[in-house]
Amino acid sequence: MSATHHHHEEQDFLFKYIFSQDHKMISKQFLITGFLMGFIGMVMSTLFRLQLGFPGESFWAIDFFLGSWAENGVMAPDKYLALVTMHGTIMVFFLLTAGLSGTFSNLLIPLQIGARDMASGFLNMLSYWFFFVSTIIMLISLGVEGGSASAGWTIYPPLSALPQAIPGSGLGMTLWLVAMAIFIASSLLGSLNYIVTILNLRTKGMTMTRLPLTIWAFLVTAILGVLSFPVLLSAALLLIFDRSFGTSFYLSDIYIGGQVLEHSGGSPILFEHLFWFLGHPEVYIVLLPALGITSEIVSTMSRKPIFGYRAMVTSILAIAFLSVIVWGHHMFVTGMNPFLGAVFTFTTLLIAIPSAVKVFNYITTLWKGNIIFSPAMLFSIGLVSTFISGGVTGLILGDSALDINIHDTYFVVGHFHIVMGLSAIFGMFAGVYHWFPKMFGRMMNNTIGFFHFWITIVCAYGVFFPMHFLGLAGVPRRYYTNSEFPLFDNMIDINELVTWFAIVAAFAQLLFVFNFFYSALRGPRSSQNPWRANSLEWTAPVEHIHGNWPGEIPEVHRWAYDYSKVDENGEYVSGEDFISQVVPLGPNEKDGGH
Amino acid sequence: MVALVAIVAVLLIVISAVQTLKIAELWAINKGKVIYEVTKKQNKTQALLMLVFLVAYFAFFAWQVWKWGDLMLPVSASEHGVITDRLLNITYAFIIPVFVITHIFLFWFAYKYAYNSNRKAVFFSHSNKLELIWTIIPSIALTVLILFGLSSWNEIMTPVDSEKEHVLIEVQAQQFSWNARYAGTDGKLGRAGVEFIEGVNAMGVDIKDENSKDDKIVRGEIHLPVGVPVQFVFRSIDVIHSAYMPHFRAQMNCVPGVKTQFNFVPTITTEDMKKITNNEDFNYILLCNKICGAAHYNMQMDIIVESKEDYEKWLAEQKQFAEN
Ligand code: HEM
Ligand SMILES: [Cu+2]
Ligand SMILES: [Cu+2]
Repeated sequence: MSATHHHHEEQDFLFKYIFSQDHKMISKQFLITGFLMGFIGMVMSTLFRLQLGFPGESFWAIDFFLGSWAENGVMAPDKYLALVTMHGTIMVFFLLTAGLSGTFSNLLIPLQIGARDMASGFLNMLSYWFFFVSTIIMLISLGVEGGSASAGWTIYPPLSALPQAIPGSGLGMTLWLVAMAIFIASSLLGSLNYIVTILNLRTKGMTMTRLPLTIWAFLVTAILGVLSFPVLLSAALLLIFDRSFGTSFYLSDIYIGGQVLEHSGGSPILFEHLFWFLGHPEVYIVLLPALGITSEIVSTMSRKPIFGYRAMVTSILAIAFLSVIVWGHHMFVTGMNPFLGAVFTFTTLLIAIPSAVKVFNYITTLWKGNIIFSPAMLFSIGLVSTFISGGVTGLILGDSALDINIHDTYFVVGHFHIVMGLSAIFGMFAGVYHWFPKMFGRMMNNTIGFFHFWITIVCAYGVFFPMHFLGLAGVPRRYYTNSEFPLFDNMIDINELVTWFAIVAAFAQLLFVFNFFYSALRGPRSSQNPWRANSLEWTAPVEHIHGNWPGEIPEVHRWAYDYSKVDENGEYVSGEDFISQVVPLGPNEKDGGH
Repeated sequence: MVALVAIVAVLLIVISAVQTLKIAELWAINKGKVIYEVTKKQNKTQALLMLVFLVAYFAFFAWQVWKWGDLMLPVSASEHGVITDRLLNITYAFIIPVFVITHIFLFWFAYKYAYNSNRKAVFFSHSNKLELIWTIIPSIALTVLILFGLSSWNEIMTPVDSEKEHVLIEVQAQQFSWNARYAGTDGKLGRAGVEFIEGVNAMGVDIKDENSKDDKIVRGEIHLPVGVPVQFVFRSIDVIHSAYMPHFRAQMNCVPGVKTQFNFVPTITTEDMKKITNNEDFNYILLCNKICGAAHYNMQMDIIVESKEDYEKWLAEQKQFAEN
């Protein structure tokens, strides 16, 4: 083989797998990076659960993973906070924002709207590489002097601003801020691309009301991201100024380490406003893609149209709109004006209405369906359950009068893990099981998938449901141990039980990891449309080709939900229980308003 | 060595899992199955598991309530806390049925409508009537909740009428302890600020301010008279803390540079609460509920609620600021 030839191949490899501008490859890059981060976040949670379940006991695993953060296998109190902070950051931003949106927006937007690729392949590639760099910096911050950021994922100053207050607020915090700034750039590049692509590159016939709900969810998610992430960026920049250049945006009247600081005139409350202006929409940035993904799956696997398509779209829009005017519900006890608190209670509780509509529509879609329980379908049903279970407790937390007593307790930890963490992660798993054939041309193993689902949902509720009881007993979150209070002495049983569930849950994820890699490499080859689904991505060939379709992009003639459509005689219109979006309407067929 | 053995063991497990799976798949293909399709039998099992899960989930819920129900906070020891608890119960009365009913429908439908090749799914894509109904019903329920919530909130957040008899206490948070200052006979707290912190004057009270002279600084515990409104003023001198008094359903952040407030009327003395909880060692506490540093998990102060006479006796024993 000649040298030039060799060189050429290397270049091919580089551009095909590493600096790819193809949305399908970028999607896989996001998925793998996101899952790797998620795995790290999960290991962290298992470690600090060990400390909470068995406070002060020495563990080999803690010693092995934490090294100098844990002397004799017992983690240090400030390192507990470092772990919690990084766990939260990784899970929310790296797994469930970049990992979830990045994977599925990239994979599905061009394929489901009928486009050759994203509007800008180059920006799309940049979006991944910014994310990658941010990931690396965040991971490096785990190893620096003083430890990683430790002020909670919400990084409220002054704690996050002053290294005197906690060691993690030194270099670790600086790197956290830098990593997040780059992350935000990545997110903005991605989001703008998604929006432009959806609005401009739809194939002929793909009107907005024919878009699958996945695309609606990705579109609204991207818009939310563009509106709110820049605010977090500015919050972070001001914090960088306060930390490094002596400004006082957030700092005032501070006496620490035996001296009065020069800062004066700032207010930490300002930071909270800026942070939560992103922070609350962020939970919907995490959640909406999962809702879109599962809407699609529930309809396909029930062999029924999604119930109330327009109501589903309206709910997504309503949730998104409301989500930018509720941030104050995180600040009821900051001393903010009680009238403002009342307004935020009002807007917050309103979100329950579109959320309830979505739940009812999911359930009605199942009604009189013909349900196939693929692992993706199981996780989708799981999502509806977690969305309900976690959603109803939101009515307690969103009510300012009630929040006074449970704010920042374990009740909150239980609530948001179920409604946001579990729902989003279930949506992500569902998406991976469902679109795995689209990504890898092979199928995942169902049996392992079944075990994965059932163990996961049982353990997940086992971990997070009891936390409500801890919270109602007054146990605060972000505590290294509950053993310093006689009041909490009889909580130790609950904590132990939760930890056991967490350990089993963590090991159960190995089933998924195994299934994933086994199937990607050796799983059975998939047919073109294994779920017999309507949407456009299943008209593209199994092999990935640049441009997605050989020849013309297919034209669309109907919405994506014509499942089990029958004519006057009760026979399937198409002879089968599904009709692809590319099939024109029959002569006597009604189009149902889409 | 141990690590090596562990690595080899994991490798072997993975390899054997791969082989087992491969064999299982080949076997299925041999029998003419499309191996990634969910088989009839599998589908039935999963449908059944839906029902099993429904029952198990409710059982788990009930078990927790039964097992941990009495670990929850005892009756509220403050006047407004009674309102809070009532509101909480109203909310429960609304959300628990919603939780139960929607779950029954979800898992029951999943079970009932499992795939059957003899049946066609019903093409039912929307119904304005149904959708209207389940927009309006939650709206009404929420209106009720919002109205109850807001009126309770207003009641709770109304400051103490300064003309009426009340106790004024300033609570100051710092890493990782609490200080408290009673307003003294003049009913006014003297000026304070971080610039005055020095030596024993840990709260940074301005000595020159006339109002400071009779202020009383206490550490370790605070005493409250039962039945008298207590107006708290909170400060922090370093990072954000949160003064959480769960038994009184009270919480307020302590923010450096900002003064925050909360007030309540204690209604049950410590002694009475010992009887109610059947616990000789019971003590009301104030604990920190905002991440504030390494020892955040251990930042506490006892609260003692006692009769007005006992309280006044205790207060008289405390030194005035000027005496220090
Ligand atoms: C493996 C399963 C998980 C377990 C056992 C777990 C456990 C926990 C626990 C016990 C805490 C509270 C620690 C404390 O307040 O002291 C926590 C915090 C947190 N977790 Fe998880 N978690 C898991 C998965 C997730 C997922 C999927 C998400 C994604 C949303 C997530 C997001 C967070 C966040 C945002 C925090 C708050 C961090 C903070 O307080 O700054 N976790 N987790
Ligand atoms: Cu929020
Ligand atoms: Cu504190």
